[in-house]
Amino acid sequence: MMGQLLASQFFYNWRRNLSAIAGSAIILVCVLIVLFGPLVSPQNPYDLTQLNLLDSYKPPAWIEGGDPRYLLGTDGQGRDVLSSILYGTRVSALIGIAAMLMACTIGTTLGLLAGFYGGRLDAFIMRVADIQLSFPSMLIALFLMSAFGTGIDKVLIALTLVGWVVYARTVRGSTLGEIQKEYVQAARVAGLRDAKIIRRHVLPNVLTPLIVIATVQVGTFILIEASLSFLGVGVPITQPSLGLLIKNGFDVLFSGLWWTSVFPGLMIMAMVFGINLFGDFLRDELNPRLK
Amino acid sequence: MLAYAIKRLVQMAIVLWAVSVIVFLMMSFTGDPVFMVIPIDSTDAEIEQARRILGLDRSMPEQYWLFLQNLVQGDFGRSYVFRQPAMDLILERLPATLEIVIVAMLIAAFVAIPLGVYAGANPGKPLSRLIMSGSLVGISLPGFWVGMMLIFLFAVEWRLLPSSGRGDTVEVLGIETSLLTWDGWTHVILPSVTLSLGTLAIILRITRAGMMEVMRQDYIKFARAKGASRKDVLYGHGLRNALIPVVTIFGLQIGDLIAFATITETIFAWPGMGKLLVDSIYRADRPVIVVYLMLVALIFVVINLVVDLVYTAIDPRITVK
Repeated sequence: MMGQLLASQFFYNWRRNLSAIAGSAIILVCVLIVLFGPLVSPQNPYDLTQLNLLDSYKPPAWIEGGDPRYLLGTDGQGRDVLSSILYGTRVSALIGIAAMLMACTIGTTLGLLAGFYGGRLDAFIMRVADIQLSFPSMLIALFLMSAFGTGIDKVLIALTLVGWVVYARTVRGSTLGEIQKEYVQAARVAGLRDAKIIRRHVLPNVLTPLIVIATVQVGTFILIEASLSFLGVGVPITQPSLGLLIKNGFDVLFSGLWWTSVFPGLMIMAMVFGINLFGDFLRDELNPRLK
Repeated sequence: MLAYAIKRLVQMAIVLWAVSVIVFLMMSFTGDPVFMVIPIDSTDAEIEQARRILGLDRSMPEQYWLFLQNLVQGDFGRSYVFRQPAMDLILERLPATLEIVIVAMLIAAFVAIPLGVYAGANPGKPLSRLIMSGSLVGISLPGFWVGMMLIFLFAVEWRLLPSSGRGDTVEVLGIETSLLTWDGWTHVILPSVTLSLGTLAIILRITRAGMMEVMRQDYIKFARAKGASRKDVLYGHGLRNALIPVVTIFGLQIGDLIAFATITETIFAWPGMGKLLVDSIYRADRPVIVVYLMLVALIFVVINLVVDLVYTAIDPRITVK
């Protein structure tokens, strides 16, 4: 009942909020690109048989010398920039979402355990979190990647290690509040096992604040991954994300070949901007205190 | 207060120790440094000898103990690439990094705070909305890409500013600085603007949120009622009370700026310690990476301490326990 009420109010506010609608629209387009990008892409940029070196460094179609087959121009291998972006968006977005899910799962679990049991476990987890929070995420990720080497799996691990802390802290805080309440005491008196109390009773009540954190974190992760790949310690060259596309474009930027780096950058900006717009709306809706 | 200070110092020591353990462990996972220091055609016996000299033949706890001893004595070993003490290499480049970090902070403060005050005091106005959308774009931009775009526009297309390097420097009190020469400033401005964007957007948002909270308070109404000028109400009564979270975030942003300087320096070929770190990661130059991380860790814990102390100093409602 409560859920439905919230949903309708939520929907009503959403409809009246222009930036929330814009954010949702951008996110929707990104989801469509992730799902169907390779199907609508003019070429498969990583199938070498589809590339023609004679078509290298064509400017965007509307500029003199441009080729209508390549709307946003081509790179040094004759690769269609638009196709690269469609494939790269997929890599970037999937990394951001997958890493967020991993960080959220691990962080929430640790936060629940720390808040529910307290004691040494709590002290240990929170000390680790404190130490980690005194360093910028970007630096920790850079350091981890320098130890791990490049690879999508390694980027995911690095981002997870960077991102779990916020969840653990938030969940621990709300868990401490929840276990004081009567319903948890009642569950205890009823003789439920700890695991069941945590999963069935505490977890659903600490999830709401995580929604905002998780949304915004996808954007943060996309930016961190892009920076890592730009520095050459992120994704491998065979599966370029938008960040790696920008890095490749950087080398030829000084020759005035701007399109290979400008468009992937605009794509990252649009994607993260959309996520942040929607995240702002969620924050106002879910934490009315901050309004 | 003294007890608090001692407690914090102990905490700092623990954090630094924990960082040293993590750095040591991570470094020992990243390949065998022996091949960094010996010629490729070395014999097995030579490899063994090099291993002994580096202490790599000992057990992990022994190696860590050695590492910690050297750390405490400030001996971080020599760079595998430059064959110079790693500490000297980093310290040589520290001023260049601090230069762009400080200029970036000043840009962020002087742009973000007035805009944040305006947007917080006039929440509904179109200009405020524009400012807030702009700040959201600022948060959503990849910093390195902004740097590239600035290079493309100012250096490649319009040829107004240099694209890389540090330019002319002068020595003041033994420190090279580019902030006292015209040529130096032309080199500083693009990296600093690039670096400042993220911080600018965050400070702006915090200032605005604080102002919105403060402008609702009764003392603002009283200040207006007693006829204080608009400027006085906004800055004297409003901002002063909204400033506490701003100061905290500002302190914490210094850490982020130092971290993001690695990327900015790489784009602009700025000879700071961030670029040295990235280069050292490529070359697996372990001693330099270790010094950078330990030094940055030290800077961060000191900043955190200072922020906490300043916090208690400017907000009389908070007392030290």
